[in-house]
Amino acid sequence: MAEERGSGHHDHDHDHDQTFQPDIEDSSPGEGELMAEAIRSLLIEKEVLTAEEVRAAVEQIDSVEASLGGRIVARAWCDSDFKERLLENGTEAVREFGADMGEAALIAVENTEARHNVIVCTLCSCYPRQVLGLPPDWYKSRAYRSRVVIEPRAVLEEFGTKIPDDVGVSVHDSTADIRYIVIPMRPAGTEDMNEDELAALVTRDALVGVTLPKAG
Amino acid sequence: MQRPHDMGGMDAGKMEIAEHPVELWQKTTNAMRQVLGDERRRLIRADELRRAIEDLPQDQYEALPYFDKWIRAVRAILVEKGVLTHEEIDARIEELRAQRAEA
Repeated sequence: MAEERGSGHHDHDHDHDQTFQPDIEDSSPGEGELMAEAIRSLLIEKEVLTAEEVRAAVEQIDSVEASLGGRIVARAWCDSDFKERLLENGTEAVREFGADMGEAALIAVENTEARHNVIVCTLCSCYPRQVLGLPPDWYKSRAYRSRVVIEPRAVLEEFGTKIPDDVGVSVHDSTADIRYIVIPMRPAGTEDMNEDELAALVTRDALVGVTLPKAG
Repeated sequence: MQRPHDMGGMDAGKMEIAEHPVELWQKTTNAMRQVLGDERRRLIRADELRRAIEDLPQDQYEALPYFDKWIRAVRAILVEKGVLTHEEIDARIEELRAQRAEA
């Protein structure tokens, strides 16, 4: 975890002006698609894997959406025992929702009146896919990865999120082994809402920490 | 030396808050990595994939779209581990290209 700043080294005697294409998906069919199909077909022929296994994994990927993360947070807002379990051991707690973190551990970080949390993966694109689905393009972009650890407030403002100066901002840098999810604060004016209604307020971006959930 | 993936803390300009749907081949690449990394096979773990992406030549790391880097990293690991060879992958790519040109 970085407090306002990243822990990476910041020597500046390298070239920042080199051209860089952001990690945005290219929609034209190309070498990547051909390579993927070549490798898939060869692995099936060599019986390393089966077409059914790959198809099932695609379906599993498609089945997870950020709404699952929203349901987890809404449960935490409504059930303090669950919230305690989630903060204590996120990996185990999300099993109650059928989510298996696989190779990685999940750590839930809670926003408070004094602290806002935001997640990133500076080195690549680690993301709690098992509870949020696939990451958006901007999460994988050079601008987000490089800047959010040194100027999180400025980056959040580009998402339309203004964090008051007296609220601290913690940036959590994910790895292949550790993924994070943000538990936002329950918005004011939601006292009469049930868990399903609350879950609908919790968007993917709020679970990453770049926006805040709003009542209605 | 700071390698190209190690970009935390750099100034990289304004955010482009763009989103595109993930294409089927890209999901398939993700799915293959997952299947190859399962407990039974343990051929490509998530951290191995990351290492192979970081090992891509700097020009490729900076120019290629996201899943194009993934599939090249998957390829590199499968070749390193002797599961496939560059020659058979390249030959299959050319077969597929020829089939599509006909279609």
